[in-house]
Amino acid sequence: MCGVVGLLLRDRSLDPRLGSMLVSMIQALDERGPDSSGIAVYSDHDGAGSLRQRRLRISLGSDDPVDWDGVQGMLAAKYGSDVDVEAFGAGTVVVTPEDLEKEVQALIAVTWPNVRVLATGRNLTVLKDTGRPSDTCTRYGVAAWEGYLAVAHTRMATESAVTVLHSHPFVPSRDLCVVHNGSFSNYATVRRQLIADGVQFDSDNDSEVAARYLAQRLSAGDDLEEATRWVMKEMDGFFTLVISTADEMSVVRDAIACKPGVVAVADGYVAVASEYRALAELPGIATAEIFEPQPEEVYTWSR
Amino acid sequence: MEPLSCDALGTRAVNHQLRALPAGSAAHVLHPRGRHNLAVGLSSQISVTIDGNAGYFLGGLSGASDGTGPDIVVNGFVGWSVGENLMGGSVRVHGSASQSAGSSARGGRIVIEGDASLRAGISLKGATLAIGGDAGAMSGFMAQSGLILIGGDAGHGLGDSLYEAVIYVAGSIASLGSDAVVEEMTDDDMLVVKELVEETGFDHIDPSGVTKVTSARQLYHFSTHNHGAY
Repeated sequence: MCGVVGLLLRDRSLDPRLGSMLVSMIQALDERGPDSSGIAVYSDHDGAGSLRQRRLRISLGSDDPVDWDGVQGMLAAKYGSDVDVEAFGAGTVVVTPEDLEKEVQALIAVTWPNVRVLATGRNLTVLKDTGRPSDTCTRYGVAAWEGYLAVAHTRMATESAVTVLHSHPFVPSRDLCVVHNGSFSNYATVRRQLIADGVQFDSDNDSEVAARYLAQRLSAGDDLEEATRWVMKEMDGFFTLVISTADEMSVVRDAIACKPGVVAVADGYVAVASEYRALAELPGIATAEIFEPQPEEVYTWSR
Repeated sequence: MEPLSCDALGTRAVNHQLRALPAGSAAHVLHPRGRHNLAVGLSSQISVTIDGNAGYFLGGLSGASDGTGPDIVVNGFVGWSVGENLMGGSVRVHGSASQSAGSSARGGRIVIEGDASLRAGISLKGATLAIGGDAGAMSGFMAQSGLILIGGDAGHGLGDSLYEAVIYVAGSIASLGSDAVVEEMTDDDMLVVKELVEETGFDHIDPSGVTKVTSARQLYHFSTHNHGAY
């Protein structure tokens, strides 16, 4: 079991409520995934849009204790106001001009080899931590977060270890997030093929394979729906997947709908969750259109 | 009795209070908000109304082996496995049901006024499952005995590996599963459907236009000879 969550706001006046809506969803799915959790939030409303669009957010995390003050201090000393560094969740987020991305990542990799990049994106910030998801929400004040799109995952691990780096969402390319409830049986085969193509992995998690395969298809020119169809075609197993880009959110279930999923299309937002319980506290849910995604049908919503 | 509010009571507290009620009582459960396992394991003949949408296993394991049990009504929709392993009494859902409605139910009657999702009536063991709307793929899978009435259309793989349960479909059938066949409606079948239509109030169903699906009885016992059919 695991819990998946997706929340796309179409009414921008709801942006300040994204965090509190999200927390109500995650709390309801706590028992589906008590091991660990991950939350991805997309936001674009702080600071000047034009400046922000040229800057990249790098979310950092680790399975080992890290001197995050040291990481922040080193980056601040080296780059000054060019790079913003702030504590975020269990790790740190670095906001850097895009042209400094590779340099900043290389510096971190050399100086703090235990620190890993959880996500990069123009609008995206990712938090991952082990422990009860509802505790994680409280610890990091997730209810106060703002944004226009979020995906989250509550994990009950079956295929690989319970660590920060094994937690979803997987972010195989900029602003692309994948969360998965289910299991893939042929992931080792697909993983070998991807490694042969030069794809690098952060973990031995089966869901990461689907995420990186999806990213490979997207970079080959597929649109999100085509790429998702390739995942269904090539990967054997059970899944409800929630996928997000900076502008879209998708959900897809396997051929026999082995794993649950419920969608609410409401006034001002679209929400996806493993169970209706996770939708029950959302504003205006009583008048929302609620349905279950049909097997092997790709549903995509844009902002 | 005072309504039982899920905002104030945990699931076990709600179910304990329902179980303590003497036969003939009526109870209301408020604010279910999709909660699982409500009104499970009730054996006495009480009536329970759930005001709102319920989660998984609503009414499951209820009723007695003589077919008596509670009458449970849901003013909303329900999650997976409504009436799972029901022994007697009835569950009526005024909305739709998610997957595996009536799974393994041995007795009593489960009525879904809306649609039922995939695998409705899976492994049915004697209960009656009446669906006003459509039923999802693989409904009636390995159903052993009992009756399934589908007022709308049936999805793919209807009645796969069916044993002795009988399925009646008022609408179209996307496809039959392995070992399921369409059989001629007899006069007795017509009587059964007519009575069920009257009792459920599903008057959109015309008994004379119903299709009957039963087992072809070719796959009762596993044989490697039949490998290709599985």
